[in-house]
Amino acid sequence: MRVRSAIALLATLVLVAPAYAKRTALQVVVAEPFIEMRTGPGRGYPIFHVADRGATVSVTRRRTDWFEVRTERGVAGWVHADQLALTLGAGGEAVAIREPGWDDYEQRRWEASVAFGDFDGGSSISLTGGYRLSANLSVELMASQLSGDYSDGWLAAARLLHSPFPEWRVAPYFVLGTGVIEVSPRSSLVTTEDRTDQFGQAGAGLRAWLTERFMFRAEYSGIVVFTSRDENEEVDEWKAGFAFFF
Amino acid sequence: MESRIRIFLLRSAAAVLVLVTVAGCASRGLEEEAAADQARPVIDPQVERRDVAPPDIDTEDFEVGASFGFMSIEDFGSNSAWGLRLAYHVSEGLFAEATYGQTDAGKTSYENLSGSQAPLLSNDDREYSWYDLSLGWNLLPGEVFIGRNHAFNSALYVVIGAGNTSFASDDFFTFVYGAGYRVLATDSIALHFDVRDHMFDIDITGEDKTTHNIEFNLGATWFF
Repeated sequence: MRVRSAIALLATLVLVAPAYAKRTALQVVVAEPFIEMRTGPGRGYPIFHVADRGATVSVTRRRTDWFEVRTERGVAGWVHADQLALTLGAGGEAVAIREPGWDDYEQRRWEASVAFGDFDGGSSISLTGGYRLSANLSVELMASQLSGDYSDGWLAAARLLHSPFPEWRVAPYFVLGTGVIEVSPRSSLVTTEDRTDQFGQAGAGLRAWLTERFMFRAEYSGIVVFTSRDENEEVDEWKAGFAFFF
Repeated sequence: MESRIRIFLLRSAAAVLVLVTVAGCASRGLEEEAAADQARPVIDPQVERRDVAPPDIDTEDFEVGASFGFMSIEDFGSNSAWGLRLAYHVSEGLFAEATYGQTDAGKTSYENLSGSQAPLLSNDDREYSWYDLSLGWNLLPGEVFIGRNHAFNSALYVVIGAGNTSFASDDFFTFVYGAGYRVLATDSIALHFDVRDHMFDIDITGEDKTTHNIEFNLGATWFF
């Protein structure tokens, strides 16, 4: 089943992706004395060609901060975003190319994160997708896989995040959430039934903007599992991970 | 007589005042007009201003592909393994990666020596699959030269991350680290050689221990 869904995902990607590839190339005119073209998309690759002021180059593809350009004579090389930002478009307008930075971080809407941590003595891996409603408030959907010494499980939650100081580079946030947790005992132990319960969650965390689209996140939360037995179960969760915004 | 002269003087003064006022107003009006003339451009170029839109460039920061190789499962021998891989390149150095893979566990030496009398696992339980979420760093970017006329971009990268392994009907939190070598065959297609160590704790052989499961694979990926 897992294999089949993975193959389906791959097939979808392969089918959808060519749609991205067919685009008309952007033509730009070099406005600085020259731009440097490298053999590869990176600082270390050697400069093998320069395009002089007034030359028209077409931008064929982008990889992170590097752009592949092709001169009128057909020489293709990689130019950094900083240099391409100094070129002009066909109408003489500045080319709006820049790296994502703090402004984009402050304007971000979608966020995806991965976190690893400790869940009641066991381990947890979480995948989270979030949408920022306002500067302070975001909503998130989270799925975690849990593996402990005596039991394994899954957890899915809907969460509300409040960030009181969104303008700080390292900013604290508070979280409230609820969801469903399924726990199944390890098969090497005595067989007991799987348990599915609802839970509530309250916690606090830190989100730090590192560079471009990249963030670091760490969080503690207290979880109360509303069990069908006499007593509710209380669990501590610590985790840390990385996040991107789109 | 005197009053007539006074009236005349007053009248002429009033007339002068009116004249001065009118002249003043008129000249101010001229000045304003001149100022307005200066503000107006001599030639109106009639250019339509364009909105600067972010250019629509094919961004290739994602990498997707498949791999095939070997997985050596501690105590359970080596078998062929296949995998899928999705990577997002954040910057020229840094990337995030998700991988999925599958293999089958063989027999432990204990099972082989005792014949088929005491199998540790059923055949279904021998299915071994994993997923990992890792961060990678292009440590040594470079170029490889093949013959006189061919140069290919390459990178030696390291990855570190964690994930989950499903084996023997159980799930295990797995720590993963490794290194790989990527050569770009074309601008969009890369060939990989990867070595990964999957570490997790297991007690299936009677003692609780940390196992190292080494994966070697060759893969091809496509940037999109």
